[in-house]
Amino acid sequence: MRPIIAITTTAVNTNIMTSANFNWNIISDLQMMLQYPFMQHAFEAGTIVAVVAGIVGYFVILRRSSFAAHALSHIGFAGAAGAVLMSLNPIVGLLVFTVGGGVAMATFGRKAMSRDVQIGIVLAFMLGIGVLFISLYTGYATEAYSILFGQILGISASDVLVTLIAALVILFSVAVIYRPLLFSSLSEDIAEAKGISIFWFGVFFMILLAVATSISVQVVGVLLIFALMVTPAAIAQRMTRHPAQGILLAVIIALLATWFGLFVSFYLPYPVSFFITTITFLGYSAVRFFEAVKPKLVSA
Amino acid sequence: MEGGSITGKVIEARKLAAGYVGRKVWQEADFTVGKGEFVAILGPNGSGKTTLFKLLLGLSKPLSGELTIFGKSPARGNPRIGYVSQRHDIDNETFIEAAEFVRLGLVGTRWGTGLADAGMKEALDVLKSVGAGELAHKPLGELSGGELQRIFLAEALIGNPDLLLLDEPLANLDIRRESDFVSLINRVVRLRGITALLIAHNINPLLSVLDQVIYVANGRVATGKPQDILTSKSLTEIYDTPVEVLKDSQGRVAIIGIEEPEHHHAANHRHHHHRGQHEHYD
Repeated sequence: MRPIIAITTTAVNTNIMTSANFNWNIISDLQMMLQYPFMQHAFEAGTIVAVVAGIVGYFVILRRSSFAAHALSHIGFAGAAGAVLMSLNPIVGLLVFTVGGGVAMATFGRKAMSRDVQIGIVLAFMLGIGVLFISLYTGYATEAYSILFGQILGISASDVLVTLIAALVILFSVAVIYRPLLFSSLSEDIAEAKGISIFWFGVFFMILLAVATSISVQVVGVLLIFALMVTPAAIAQRMTRHPAQGILLAVIIALLATWFGLFVSFYLPYPVSFFITTITFLGYSAVRFFEAVKPKLVSA
Repeated sequence: MEGGSITGKVIEARKLAAGYVGRKVWQEADFTVGKGEFVAILGPNGSGKTTLFKLLLGLSKPLSGELTIFGKSPARGNPRIGYVSQRHDIDNETFIEAAEFVRLGLVGTRWGTGLADAGMKEALDVLKSVGAGELAHKPLGELSGGELQRIFLAEALIGNPDLLLLDEPLANLDIRRESDFVSLINRVVRLRGITALLIAHNINPLLSVLDQVIYVANGRVATGKPQDILTSKSLTEIYDTPVEVLKDSQGRVAIIGIEEPEHHHAANHRHHHHRGQHEHYD
């Protein structure tokens, strides 16, 4: 990855309307912001992605599959680079590569909790293809930059539509397989004995994760996918003992982080993804801090 | 006889062989398990004890021979079986409460999200019945090994199964918790009138409660009442190799002479010339 980053470190955040002035009436700020179509699309896509990332992320944490999420986003980069090379929409390349990679990972490593090696092997292979694509690509580095770090302010109305459709498919799928997925995430062996096919659930979840990753990349980029897919769910699962509440909390945290990031970046000339990653990290640190001091407070 | 076979047996195996193509784990197994029996499955590591469970759960097929469970061929997802696996995926980062997990034992195979409290009452009841009522709302990751075993037992019992399959539930328990857990299982089995098969490494904590022993070693499966099967003469005949069963003053037994197979294929050889030691002793 290093050479790719080196080519693309020129910041491209020219969309920001620095002329706008912040005042403490948040509602009027939002009204003003949403007059701009690019901000509208950003809020729409950001909201959709935050909901999906919160829900899928909860299962990523439960299944100890954060490495898979990380790897799929990087594989998505290779796919996006290939799509750009062939003058296709990057989302096409993202979807094809992440779904292919996800299925390969689940096939090589049948148990969700112990497939690190298989994930790494698929990741290395597909990143190799990405390196080839990059070397063949002669256009501007801007595209690569936005895939790596997200370019939510550059999302078009049709991108929002694609995101919405993908999100609805994911939400419907998760609702259908919710209980067996939860069960098999807690104990693969017992779930299997009850007749649940661990293999097919594993493959199906990786496909869902692949699609969720692909649409999330638009918001935070491949390098920062953890901020939406892993951190909010990691915070949420520490705050409740109930899966349904945990999922709801993960969604709320992802939404707050995304909205906050979009809001602040409207006024400041810094990337949205920076604010999203920072607020989720601070949230996680705060939860761990309160966990650490709580026993002392109770005993005091 | 409700749901049973003609003979009223819960499990019947005839000339049963298990393993994979080109590698038999054991063969010529003939045994039956009757309703309400508490049966221990003993034998060295890698001798094929879990393989027997996989056959009963319908997760693998016999190489040859016949196996029936409640008079039918084993099938995956049999709701009449409650199962506690040897391996589990719970660690100290699992924050979901015990009752949620137990509840999934009842509703976890159904499609859809269902209601959050569907099966919750049953989960709390069954947790109480295994003496784990106070653990119901604790995060799974905070429970000790012995507490987790109670949760798994509750999960296995929640659908009111007729047969319990417990794969090494006593592993990692200290001697006191081991004997506590054995009496708990015994109580549950007798109270509910269900049949239980329990894989163990050490027969001694189980001796007083067992109806039958299935001994898996050297590619063979022997079965009988503990006092009949656990004798030097009987084991020597079954395994075709000198075996000594020693008893101490408290009735505890040690079995010497059945080799712990170093390679899994060793189980294929009927005639062993190596003499290893395998002990079942506290």
